[in-house]
Amino acid sequence: MRTLNEHLRVLRFTLRHMLLTPNASLLNILIIGIALSLPVGGYVLLKSVQTLGAQIAGTPQISVFLASGTSAGEIDHIGDQLRQHAGIKRVEFVSRDAALKKLQQSTGLADVIGGLSQNPLPDAFIIYPKDGNATALETLRDELKTWQHFDHVQLDSAWVHKLEALLDFGRMAVAILAALLSFALIAITFNTIRLQILTRREEIEVAKLIGATDAFIRRPFLYFGLTQGLLGGITAWLLVAASLQLLNHQIGTLAQLYASDFSLRHLSPVDSITLLGFSAYLGWLGAWFSVSQHLWQIEPR
Amino acid sequence: MIKFNQVYKRYPGGHEALKNLSFDVAEGEMVYLTGHSGAGKSTLLKLIAAIERPSSGGVLVKGQNIRSIKPAAIPHLRRNIGLIFQDHKLLFDRNAFDNVMLPLQICGFDHRESAKRVRAALDKVGLLDREKANPVALSGGEQQRLCIARAIVNRPTILLADEPTGNLDTEYSNEIMNIFKSFHQVGVTLLISTHDESILRQFPARALHLKKGELQT
Repeated sequence: MRTLNEHLRVLRFTLRHMLLTPNASLLNILIIGIALSLPVGGYVLLKSVQTLGAQIAGTPQISVFLASGTSAGEIDHIGDQLRQHAGIKRVEFVSRDAALKKLQQSTGLADVIGGLSQNPLPDAFIIYPKDGNATALETLRDELKTWQHFDHVQLDSAWVHKLEALLDFGRMAVAILAALLSFALIAITFNTIRLQILTRREEIEVAKLIGATDAFIRRPFLYFGLTQGLLGGITAWLLVAASLQLLNHQIGTLAQLYASDFSLRHLSPVDSITLLGFSAYLGWLGAWFSVSQHLWQIEPR
Repeated sequence: MIKFNQVYKRYPGGHEALKNLSFDVAEGEMVYLTGHSGAGKSTLLKLIAAIERPSSGGVLVKGQNIRSIKPAAIPHLRRNIGLIFQDHKLLFDRNAFDNVMLPLQICGFDHRESAKRVRAALDKVGLLDREKANPVALSGGEQQRLCIARAIVNRPTILLADEPTGNLDTEYSNEIMNIFKSFHQVGVTLLISTHDESILRQFPARALHLKKGELQT
């Protein structure tokens, strides 16, 4: 109970101290908030793009184009073989005529296609594999490539790999940004606390003379760093939320054109708590470094 | 209570502030520390409060050897010692009440209990009606009394006063000496450094006379 009271007292003291210099406190919190909002924003964007990629790549397909001149009997035979294949869930045959019709309908190139003297499209199978992971798909594709009459085998998820690689790149960039700006946060807190220790030198000296333990003297500074970090984290959260609100407004229009319900989603509750916890921890850490660096220099004479 | 045994204090550069000091102060005793400025009075008091450590010899305070005391034990030692400074060392960012409150906060006392004690201490030094005042607004004598209130609020068993009447006129000096006398009467061990001979005459007690860091007999 006694320790709880003591901690509450220090917390009150810290908040009062912040309110005494509102401009400086606000500026610090804003700087921390902006610094944190950059990696957080990047993280949110990556997450959304990743979800989008997963949605589109949810049903990986392998398209097989047959060599021209493959007879109807051979096509039936190939179809049977594909249907019996252990790694294949479903097979869909798209004849060259059907493909041409579809092309005419969907692209509005009817005039151009109508002008063709003959159908340039091959017969094709669209194969839905049982196993959706990348290596299984590639094995299946490589196997199909060896089959007779198969002119071209295309794994439609190839672009997903490219997206994945791009996302990896993005993740690395966000991680580097987060690491650098975390150091910035620690440095900002370090300096704030250093200045505080200097201005409260007299108080620290007197407190030591009266019998204050190091823990007692450290506590308000650690609380200050912690609170400042936490408020910076909340600021970052709000900044990202506001930015997403603006972006989503724009994306909404764009997504409608593509008949998609895609929107950028803000941090999940778990991610939000992680952000706040992490920013508070970094603030505490910066304060701790500063206190252990400067406090021992103040000894009563 | 306090025991010095062949204590030397040398500062870097070779200056010897204290030379071969040996004396005892019994529990509940009131002792003056006299001598010119620079005789080593402040240094001696600093040794007792573990603000400085002796270069050689033993300083025992309540059974603790200051020469070998662990840094972590120093705060607890100081809580048993009330320190009164010539320059008061009051904090000007808070009022009189909060200045006296500080030692109790440090010891983690419950707020309501502390408030009672603070008022009792302020009452003792006659500053109860000035509890809301900032120390800046107090006179020299009042500041010194506030410093005393802060030193005694924790009910220490030892009081060390460094030139407590240094800058004060006779009337204020007597006021403060009367306060010390009342502590002596309730059994507090007092060590008062002064160069004011009139105080010794008016409030007689054993005196340790220092000259250039040595004890004069």
